[in-house]
Amino acid sequence: MSLFDYFDQVFSDYTLRTITLGTAVLGAACGMLGSFAVLRKQSLLGDAISHAALPGIALAFLITGTKDTNLLLMGALISGLIGTFWIRGIIKKTHLKTDTALGLILSLFFGFGMLLLTFIQKQPNANQAGLDKYLFGQAATLVESDVTLMIFVTLMCALVLLLFWKEFKILLFDADFTKTLGFNTRFIDILITFFIVLAIVLGLQTVGVVLMSALLLAPAAAARQWTNRLSSMILLAALFGAFSGVFGTAISASQNNLSTGPVIVLVAAVFVLISFVFSPGRGLLFRELRFRQNRRDLQLKKTLQLMHSIAKTHDDISHPHAIRILNNFQGFTKRSLQKMEEKQWITLQQHHWSLTEKGYFAAENMFNETTHDESTN
Amino acid sequence: MMESQPAIQIDDLTVAYNYKPVLWDIDVTVPEGVLMAIVGPNGAGKSTLIKAILGIIDPIAGSVRVFGKPYKEQRRLVGYVPQKGSVDWDFPTTALDVVMMGTYGQLGWIKRPGSKQKKSALEALEKVGMLPFKNRQISQLSGGQQQRVFLARALVQDATVYLMDEPFQGVDATTEIAIINILKELRKRGKTVVVVHHDLQTVPEYFDWVTFLNVKKIATGPVKDIFNDDNLTKTYGINYKVAINN
Repeated sequence: MSLFDYFDQVFSDYTLRTITLGTAVLGAACGMLGSFAVLRKQSLLGDAISHAALPGIALAFLITGTKDTNLLLMGALISGLIGTFWIRGIIKKTHLKTDTALGLILSLFFGFGMLLLTFIQKQPNANQAGLDKYLFGQAATLVESDVTLMIFVTLMCALVLLLFWKEFKILLFDADFTKTLGFNTRFIDILITFFIVLAIVLGLQTVGVVLMSALLLAPAAAARQWTNRLSSMILLAALFGAFSGVFGTAISASQNNLSTGPVIVLVAAVFVLISFVFSPGRGLLFRELRFRQNRRDLQLKKTLQLMHSIAKTHDDISHPHAIRILNNFQGFTKRSLQKMEEKQWITLQQHHWSLTEKGYFAAENMFNETTHDESTN
Repeated sequence: MMESQPAIQIDDLTVAYNYKPVLWDIDVTVPEGVLMAIVGPNGAGKSTLIKAILGIIDPIAGSVRVFGKPYKEQRRLVGYVPQKGSVDWDFPTTALDVVMMGTYGQLGWIKRPGSKQKKSALEALEKVGMLPFKNRQISQLSGGQQQRVFLARALVQDATVYLMDEPFQGVDATTEIAIINILKELRKRGKTVVVVHHDLQTVPEYFDWVTFLNVKKIATGPVKDIFNDDNLTKTYGINYKVAINN
């Protein structure tokens, strides 16, 4: 199947439609909530939570003996939440820093989860196969009820976000101040964390514990590059996440069923890369261009200043001077002379330049102009 | 307001992070309408005192009363300017938006700020001379401008008592003058302002009340009575020569 076939069939083919809708909704939810994780500098929390969910899945299977997705994900949710509260506890009660606490819980829970998985595999039970899909995810196993659950949780999350928008925003920016205003910061904090855990757990089936945090962080990191407003950042992150889901599924379905989770994550990474380079405000490309433009402008102005100071010594400001007296001056190049002629600041004859009236006034008023520029910016 | 009650009454306040107390048995009374400096060396617990008054830190013992009632019942009366370095200035928001946050407390849960809140935020920005920068992303403001935005945010809280944690830190002379003029204006309007302050030279000029702090309270009272070499030496442990121009 080619990419074209995929988009041709995505609305008619039941399986394709279910999977695409599922990954799109998941991407949107992760983008939204990932923005919070990124802005709180808790990017690694997502990684720790997703790894912490693994033993929950294994234990849920061991206890119930079924592979019902909802039951397993319930186990994941519980162990993910336990991991989260342990992390918070460690940070609060010991001198350990956040990264250490995250690393500890991540590897401890993941190790325990792997141990349980190998134990399950050794069991003489035909039912045991397939649990390892939660390691890297398997979007193909998504069914309609999974997607319905995802949509429900995403809508809930969006609703809570709209309702507590102001509280979320102020807590993200300045938690101490929020507390002095009389808000219960613990409640807001737990609400945010709960939804982050929920989004991660929902993504385990599709993307898996190992790569889940990338889907959480990448859309948010990309979105931050394009905007300086929190609301636009969250919307953009949701959009990037959703597109990563759709494109990832499309590529994976059309290329011989490549594993969907990793492809989604790679598509999200492409969004990040493009944003880092091409975003107008913070992107590397435009920043470099602006930087160079700025430098050239300043060099030009500096040269004009020098010419102005030379021309001032003559009664006639347009008296021609030799170009070579500029030779040892930094910022002077052949190109800058041409540029200045284009701006009609100077006229050039052979080896001489002379300042025009326009150039003279430009030099006189240069300082006023720059300060003016700054205050109106 | 009850005339006889002090703006802030701190009794037996003790705070510890680990084993060592950061604040030990602090009794300080802040009368209504004064401009008070809290001075002391690094690690003396100045910021901790402010945070303990505001309930950001749980004290081990002691009480804080604002106009005679526990702080928790009087939150609305108390405005706060945290240290500038306590937040991430790369947060995606504008100067106006940050100042609007000062109105969130009056709004309470869920309710969104409207035109009334926006108007008072703009007025506060005007007062600190930041109106032309209202739509700037906050990371594109200078340190002094960021400090002014924080001050404006406290002004829209429309509080009766203001607690400020080093509002003069890292600002240039122009901003320092702008800020102290606003503080003096607040005092003129009958507000009480408590400021963690580092520059001993300016204490007599800026403030009328002072608290010397070094884990314990060394002294508290009017600047003209207690701002002297004796208390400075007790607080800083060295003979601190400060020119006091009365």
